[in-house]
Amino acid sequence: MNESAWDGTLSASEFSASAQAFAEKWKLNNPAYPPWTWVKSLEVPIFATNQVEEGYLSLENVCIVKSNDDEVASCVEGEASLYDKEDEESTDSATLSGNDNVQPYYFDFHIIYSASFRVPVLYFRAYCSDEAYPSALLSNQVFLADGRSLGLNEIESVLPANSAKVLLESKWTFITQEEHPYLNRPWCKLHPCGSSDWMKLLFQAVEKVDRPAMELYLVSWFSVVGPVIGLGIPIQMLKEP
Amino acid sequence: MKEAQEFVWMGAIPLQIHLHESEVTTVPPPPPALILAPRIGYLPLLLPLIKPYFSSTLPPGVDTVWFEYKGLPLKWYIPTGVLFDLLCAEPERPWNLTIHFRGYPSHLLIPCEGEDSVKWNFINSLKEADYIINGNCKNVMHMSQSDQLELWNSVVNANLEAFIRSSSKLKSGTIEDDYASKSSLSSQKSQKMIGEADTSVQTKTGKVPVRLYVWNVSEDFGDMEDAPPIDSWDRISYVNRPLEIHREEGKCFTLHDAIKTLLPELFGKKRKPSEGENDEQSFGSEEETKNNRMTEEGEGNISQPLETGSTADDDPEIKLLRIQGIEPKLETPISWVANHLRHPENFLHVCVYIKVPSAKSL
Repeated sequence: MNESAWDGTLSASEFSASAQAFAEKWKLNNPAYPPWTWVKSLEVPIFATNQVEEGYLSLENVCIVKSNDDEVASCVEGEASLYDKEDEESTDSATLSGNDNVQPYYFDFHIIYSASFRVPVLYFRAYCSDEAYPSALLSNQVFLADGRSLGLNEIESVLPANSAKVLLESKWTFITQEEHPYLNRPWCKLHPCGSSDWMKLLFQAVEKVDRPAMELYLVSWFSVVGPVIGLGIPIQMLKEP
Repeated sequence: MKEAQEFVWMGAIPLQIHLHESEVTTVPPPPPALILAPRIGYLPLLLPLIKPYFSSTLPPGVDTVWFEYKGLPLKWYIPTGVLFDLLCAEPERPWNLTIHFRGYPSHLLIPCEGEDSVKWNFINSLKEADYIINGNCKNVMHMSQSDQLELWNSVVNANLEAFIRSSSKLKSGTIEDDYASKSSLSSQKSQKMIGEADTSVQTKTGKVPVRLYVWNVSEDFGDMEDAPPIDSWDRISYVNRPLEIHREEGKCFTLHDAIKTLLPELFGKKRKPSEGENDEQSFGSEEETKNNRMTEEGEGNISQPLETGSTADDDPEIKLLRIQGIEPKLETPISWVANHLRHPENFLHVCVYIKVPSAKSL
């Protein structure tokens, strides 16, 4: 690869290194959230050999509440929200109980490397609180066998207002249901084909270097992708270690 | 070039479609529908032809159509020919499928909202292939809506002439042939060669969009007739990685090389776990050098006919490899395979049955 013209993509091994850096930073800065864990593709039969690096990042059982004033807040079950909305603490918008109109949803997020586009891709699915399954079950590939995870049209109502709008306008090119590359089941997928372009712009704007530190790739990437599904990241995560 | 492409586009599978018994409300039940399905097409596209056969007998409700073969719900986004090649070890003609109009298995299959879903699945795959080949998807993104529609309609109607017309704007290119002389290539002036900018350099690199379906055969069977039916998609490993070709002067990159490059987990047995940790390139490249080395060491291995598979005891054995309904020899140059047998969305769909020695499987 020509160093002077970085194209905004990363290799599979850069992805796994960057994913580990991201997970560590997340753990440090979001102690109330569940941690992102690295799922080895080892658990997928045919890939079960020496490829120690291959796998994906997983964050499961995250509760996201969409309250009446169209504000999305996320929290961990039973705890107050840590969601920072434009650097403001908003601890009261995400209480789980007491409001009948607030329906909490649970999200599972997976960040998977696309060998075609050479960028990370966000896969997710959502399900209702009263149908919440223990996370142990979920990570065990015991899928919601009766198909009670939300369809795309239901997910639309859980997304932040702006994402829901884009979803309506670009029905087939923004978020679609596709097969999870490792679990072989339908998941929602945020389309990656523009990712390398905006990652390039993002890095060029901040750093005047030809090839940025790949360790930070996933943090920067998630700072753009996370808010699409209502998951912000604290500003501290973007700072150099 | 054209001739092989014509065969691919004319390819069709005779289907005998039965309505699932739970949806039959009339006596006697409706007879099965006999339909010729284009290989490059998709099952939901046949619905306008199939629906009239069964519409009078359906129970009340909203249609959510899906197909099934021996209990396995069929993925509508895989081309019909690929499904047939993958699921019928021994080709069954006519192919007996069951159609359901109710009870969509949404936990297993991506929802299908008719032709629009199929069309956008196609366009998104086209974009993915464009990105692999050209490093961006501008060719597809910059296509006008009407050009996209024209291209899509050529696929729906399996009309090769219309397809050649509307896909010429895509610059999807061909992989440079290993065997053809430069002059014969340059005569096809509409085709762009990948890597033509550096023809003076000895090693050439090209990327081929590949979708590989691997059935890891555990049971031993002699004849394909004895192959057990595939009863769950979990038995199929789906590999969606671009194939990287690093060609060296005087060497031919074969279909066998391609499979080994795509499945380093199975064929890269000499690889140590610690290797490749700081690998800057995607992992295909390292395997690549390895494979070339193996070619040098064991020239005899490569030219073995398909039937005998590989000779080393603990090597996985390729029991069957099918592309577009044919079983190409493993020593066929990948450039020929990619240029002639790819699907209209520019992906090469390859079905392989592999028997992994027990030591290597889980």
